[in-house]
Amino acid sequence: MTVKITIGAINKEHGSSKKYKTGGWRSVCPVVDLEKCISCYKCYDYCPDAAIKKIEDGIEYDLDYCKGCGICAAECPVKAIVMVKEEK
Amino acid sequence: MTQNEDIELFASGHRACAGCGEGTAVRQILKVAGPNTIATICTGCLEVVSTGYPETAWEIPLIHAAFENSASVASGVEVALKELGRKEGVNVLAFGGDGGTFDIGLQALSGMLERGHDITYICLDNEAYMNTGIQRCSSTPYGASTTTSPSGKYSIGESKQKKPIAAICAAHGIPYTATANIAYINDLKKKVKKAIETEGPSFLHVFAPCPTGWRHGSDDTIEIGRLAVQTGVFVLWEAVDGDICNLKVTVMPKKRKPVEEYLKRQKRFAHLTEEDIAKIQQEVDEKCDRYGLPKRE
Repeated sequence: MTVKITIGAINKEHGSSKKYKTGGWRSVCPVVDLEKCISCYKCYDYCPDAAIKKIEDGIEYDLDYCKGCGICAAECPVKAIVMVKEEK
Repeated sequence: MTQNEDIELFASGHRACAGCGEGTAVRQILKVAGPNTIATICTGCLEVVSTGYPETAWEIPLIHAAFENSASVASGVEVALKELGRKEGVNVLAFGGDGGTFDIGLQALSGMLERGHDITYICLDNEAYMNTGIQRCSSTPYGASTTTSPSGKYSIGESKQKKPIAAICAAHGIPYTATANIAYINDLKKKVKKAIETEGPSFLHVFAPCPTGWRHGSDDTIEIGRLAVQTGVFVLWEAVDGDICNLKVTVMPKKRKPVEEYLKRQKRFAHLTEEDIAKIQQEVDEKCDRYGLPKRE
């Protein structure tokens, strides 16, 4: 890939890091049990990668970006999230 | 003005390590600051992971400065906005890592505080030069093993105490100084809001654990941050008008846990003997007495 360097290296495409899918880094994958979830959104707050979306009565993962760090599972107060080994 | 806090201004796809405390910190800080914000960053983990040209994780205007001058570039931005009559409603944030704040950017930061610019300076502290390979910094705590302060037969690891950067900044007499921690998000957000709303310079010291450099599990990041507060290793406080004699401790642990609980979860402290831990405990106890924290369990 050739990159055209703009004058002053000004990048007008904000948020363009989303083109790079960090989900490929993952070795363990979070799975949420929405029956147990109490919608406290602690996982959403602590996620370093903004890979958790709030939905009605729970959360949803954006596995394109989740790196599998496991913070959400560790911080869930009702243990509704488990980390499962990725199998290819 | 209240922001819509569901909007992400620090986009996914940034290259921070899995479990990076800075990712959480910057996301939450920008949620409070909102889209009418101009940020500067200096060299450090944050710059490396968020601005791999031609991509950027930032959804707000950002200037990348050199290692030492996040504060001076932010000063220029603030003065330019004022001269153009466009400062109203615009927040200027200056980000620096601990290397770019404690060591390399200290004189630029001191100048910014002294000149009284309306800027919020945020130091994201992961206690060493992490992106270049875990070299020690003046923010590295006593006893931590890094690649330039390795532990061994004749070395305890880092032999110096951590520099009290927030107290140094408060000593400039600036309107608002605070320490924050990613494990206490509500406290962090309140402090960011106060800092931004304060006229004039404010300084936030944000504690952000680093799984790569501190060598703990990537899922342990928040728990390590929490233990730092509960053991008294990192005290959460705020001071108005640089009055550090009357600072307010914002998160007071009910009972203080032994410092060993914090140290034993991180492999950078794995070499410490019982005597070493007792020495660190004694220093933490003395510090906590000065802050008026409760006695140890």
